[in-house]
Amino acid sequence: MSRRVTLKLGIEGDTHDVTVVIPDDEPTPWDLGARLSIVGKPTPRVDGALKATGAAHYTYDIELPGMLYGAILRSPWPHARIRDIDLSAAKRMAGVRAVLALDDREIRFAGQEVAAVAALSTDIASDALSVVRVDYETMPFVVDVDAAMTDSAPRVFGSGSNVGRASSSSIGNVARGLEQAASTLEATYTTPVQTHVSLETHGAVASFNSAGDELTVWCSTQGIFSVRDDLAVYFSLPPDKVRVVCEFLGGGFGSKFGATPEMIVAARLAKAAGVPVKLMLPRADEHRATGNRPSSIQAVKLGVDGGGKLTAIDLVQHGSGGIGGGAGSAGPFKSIYRCANIRTEERNVYINAGPSAPMRAPGWPQGCFALELAMDEMARKAGIDRLEFRRRNSDNPVRAVEYEIGARAFGWSEKSASKKSTGPVKRGVGVASAEWHAVGVSGPEAQVLAYRDGTVEVRVGTQDIGTGTRTVLAIVAAEELGLPIDRVKSEIGDTRFLFSVPSGGSLSAPSNTPAVRQAAAHLKDKLFRIAAPMLGAEPNDLEASNATIRVRTNPSRAIAFADVCKRIPGDSISAQGERIPNYEGFRTDQAGCQFAEVEVDTETGIVRVTRVVAVHDAGRIIDPLTARSQVNGGVLMGIGFALFEDRRMDPQIGIMVNPTMDDYKLLGSLDAPQIDVTFVEVANGLTNTGVMGLGEVAHVASTAAVACAVYDALGVPVRSLPITPDRVLAALGQV
Amino acid sequence: MNRFEVITPADLASASRILAEDGHAALAGGVDVLDLAKQNIATPNALVNLKGLKELGGIEVRPSGELRLGATAKLSEVAEHPAVRAKFTALAESAGEAATPQIRNLGTVGGNILQRPRCWYFRNPDVNCLKKGGDKCYALGGLNRYHSILGGGPSYIVHPSNLAPALIAFRASAKIVGPGGERALELEKFFTLPTVDPKRENLLKPGEIITEVIVPAPSANARSVYLEAREKQSFDWPLVSAAVVIDRTPGAKTIRDVRVVMGAVAPIPWRSLEAETVLRSGALDESLARAAAEAALKNAQPMSDNAYKVVIAKVIVRRAIMRAAGLEAA
Repeated sequence: MSRRVTLKLGIEGDTHDVTVVIPDDEPTPWDLGARLSIVGKPTPRVDGALKATGAAHYTYDIELPGMLYGAILRSPWPHARIRDIDLSAAKRMAGVRAVLALDDREIRFAGQEVAAVAALSTDIASDALSVVRVDYETMPFVVDVDAAMTDSAPRVFGSGSNVGRASSSSIGNVARGLEQAASTLEATYTTPVQTHVSLETHGAVASFNSAGDELTVWCSTQGIFSVRDDLAVYFSLPPDKVRVVCEFLGGGFGSKFGATPEMIVAARLAKAAGVPVKLMLPRADEHRATGNRPSSIQAVKLGVDGGGKLTAIDLVQHGSGGIGGGAGSAGPFKSIYRCANIRTEERNVYINAGPSAPMRAPGWPQGCFALELAMDEMARKAGIDRLEFRRRNSDNPVRAVEYEIGARAFGWSEKSASKKSTGPVKRGVGVASAEWHAVGVSGPEAQVLAYRDGTVEVRVGTQDIGTGTRTVLAIVAAEELGLPIDRVKSEIGDTRFLFSVPSGGSLSAPSNTPAVRQAAAHLKDKLFRIAAPMLGAEPNDLEASNATIRVRTNPSRAIAFADVCKRIPGDSISAQGERIPNYEGFRTDQAGCQFAEVEVDTETGIVRVTRVVAVHDAGRIIDPLTARSQVNGGVLMGIGFALFEDRRMDPQIGIMVNPTMDDYKLLGSLDAPQIDVTFVEVANGLTNTGVMGLGEVAHVASTAAVACAVYDALGVPVRSLPITPDRVLAALGQV
Repeated sequence: MNRFEVITPADLASASRILAEDGHAALAGGVDVLDLAKQNIATPNALVNLKGLKELGGIEVRPSGELRLGATAKLSEVAEHPAVRAKFTALAESAGEAATPQIRNLGTVGGNILQRPRCWYFRNPDVNCLKKGGDKCYALGGLNRYHSILGGGPSYIVHPSNLAPALIAFRASAKIVGPGGERALELEKFFTLPTVDPKRENLLKPGEIITEVIVPAPSANARSVYLEAREKQSFDWPLVSAAVVIDRTPGAKTIRDVRVVMGAVAPIPWRSLEAETVLRSGALDESLARAAAEAALKNAQPMSDNAYKVVIAKVIVRRAIMRAAGLEAA
């Protein structure tokens, strides 16, 4: 059963009538004509006060009766074989309840897990680790990417090469494109390894029932269901015998999918000890072992014709995620700008360092940095305005609008044309383009309940990675039910709720909100059936708004939502909704652009970002406050990547030298610029809410915009991140 | 972390006596000592709490113009004290630039002077470096972008104190109480190079406590500036700092006296007699300031990653001189 509906989609000034077939139990997608009362209006985070007051419970806050504390011993050596582990002294220590030798006997990075203990206190656990005797046979190692690529380098994995097979793509003919070019550019760009630095480190509290056949885990995760499934497999339990809870999560950025090693260790210790075990990682382990954004070395060639159109884009890229892969950065090269000839080649290089993990727009910030700085260098060489160069090579109508909005808000024409000061501090401006495809996936289901007291509860087995998921879900339900936000509560973070997908890949809002809206619509139908006899009308003739249910054709015949709820026979009534596959809709991509202004002290090489203007689209914006907050976060993380962050590995002993909050330099409040965020609302008709994810697209261009601004300030590019004073001074020829 | 007890002594004499015992360390702000304990770099079995000792607190400018900084005075108190800001400007600035507001509200004058180096090899529990009794300073053949460019060897740390360069520029002395009685030591002579003992940074003996720092009254015409360059503006250590005190009669072309002390460039706060000599040699203008800065770094010996610090140090020294001389706006 379905119906055909014609939707008005697109952006203001560029609308399209699109006819879609909609299942009968699905609400009609909000299009440009939709009149909404809460969606799109600023709503403060519903759990903001809990977080600000410390009342929100994170995994760190979980305390269970009889709970032990776990700790993990890690290898100080970057490459070694474990000949023997002697756990006897640890086992004998008073207060120690479980000791495990972990499975891997070959160590491939300093910081790899070797053994674990559970004890009555964290102090005893750490004492116990100090008496575990490990007999290591140390082996040659390599932590430098260039060195790892040489023939004589120690091999990270047995006899295999440290350089992985190329992942290649090609359209047209790049050699011919370069020949046809009026002007070409050839340059190499590098980016460092960045670690996720989740404020809440990885960890879990694990508890088995007395029979040992049911496991409950409280953990800091982006995917409660993926953790559940991984643990079920690991412990050979049916998934319904594993419960995973994550009420609040202190950051993940891609490093907290599935059952990570410390979660499994916590559960193994809990099983061995027969009581709950809490195991939260120290900061150094978080830096060394829980994931990172791989490095990159990107050799770029661009060609441009006399009309400022790109004739060739060529990328040969190497990158290292330590003992992990996923270092490719070709994404932006293949799709942000139109070009008939594009070739990319990506290779993983393995070194003796902690494994990579997906990190906010994997591959894109580093790729976008190289591409956009190359675009600026090309534009300068070809004598074209940098923004105009981008306009000529982008065919995305949404981005075209965004360039105009951003340029106006930023004052691009005046600022990019203004003369440099004669003093040592030079200002510069830059612009970079973003792209993403956060259309969400089907799979999540939602439950919405109305209680006799007139309040409503949304339940979804999702989790809040920090973006305001509770708030966004509550707004959608409130909108559909015609209620103010304070009547709706969101419950998330428990695998006892209906299934949802991990909060990563910008999936949460576009995957969950349509299920919630459908569930709320179904609940509304049930309430209308209760209200209809009260109003002497048919359920189909009713509508809900302003906390009132009324007859559509005769609004004076109305009854308060709460009065309808009083007729609920039991304590509550509930309805479910599912996330169905996307409709065809308007577009499935997101554009976006960011403008940055910097001040560079050309005598000291110190860079400060003074202003960023970010213009983005993410379908329909549910809450401009949480959306803006996501963009702020993406921009700040991008500035940190541009100027400060770098996992530094010592070549003599193969360790990370800066696994602390002191030495691993994260941007702080004084380093944050003024950030102005504008959203271009796109009615995409892809789902009943038309929401797209924002977490990644907001981060893609930030680093690049800063690097381009530094180039503008200096007149010479700094092609390696982070743009630290030594690199600025070197670019200026002063070192 | 080693388990320790916290002992709160009744008076200074007993504090000193208890502190002299093996495995005992002083606790004031607790910023560094707890960090060191957590990393197993310090393994105290007792911390002697100095916070309750009244004679260690307070800041006062005496009628003579002399400044007394109690050892447990907070960095934030130094930074905000009106008389310190007016007469000992570089000192207030050096305290105000340190760390974060939270740390400045805990960190003390004594702790800032006595904190251990921030070197990432020294601070890493997996590395047994020269400073911890090992046989090698890893900075020399390793990652040394934040390490010393002057006075290094056989250890290449930089001294981390923000206050010390400013205090030395003002000729400050530390009053030290210990089992052997009381002594006063000019701060300039208090710090020691790694050639003396790579495991230490100063001459404090077991059981000794810095009780106060005395800064003599500066001349009425003295002007001072503290400047530092750091990568991040929030919570970062200086790449280079400089404290400059210039005494010049108003209207005079030449100076009567000057002190130039750099921080974060050497294993001790680095007074540059070379720069001072240049500054005394003629009319103070930009070219003399530039020449002084060149002289200050003439003997710099950068390592593989830190030649840029020499460039920055020259700039910071020159700018500090120019500002102290009133030739350049802050």
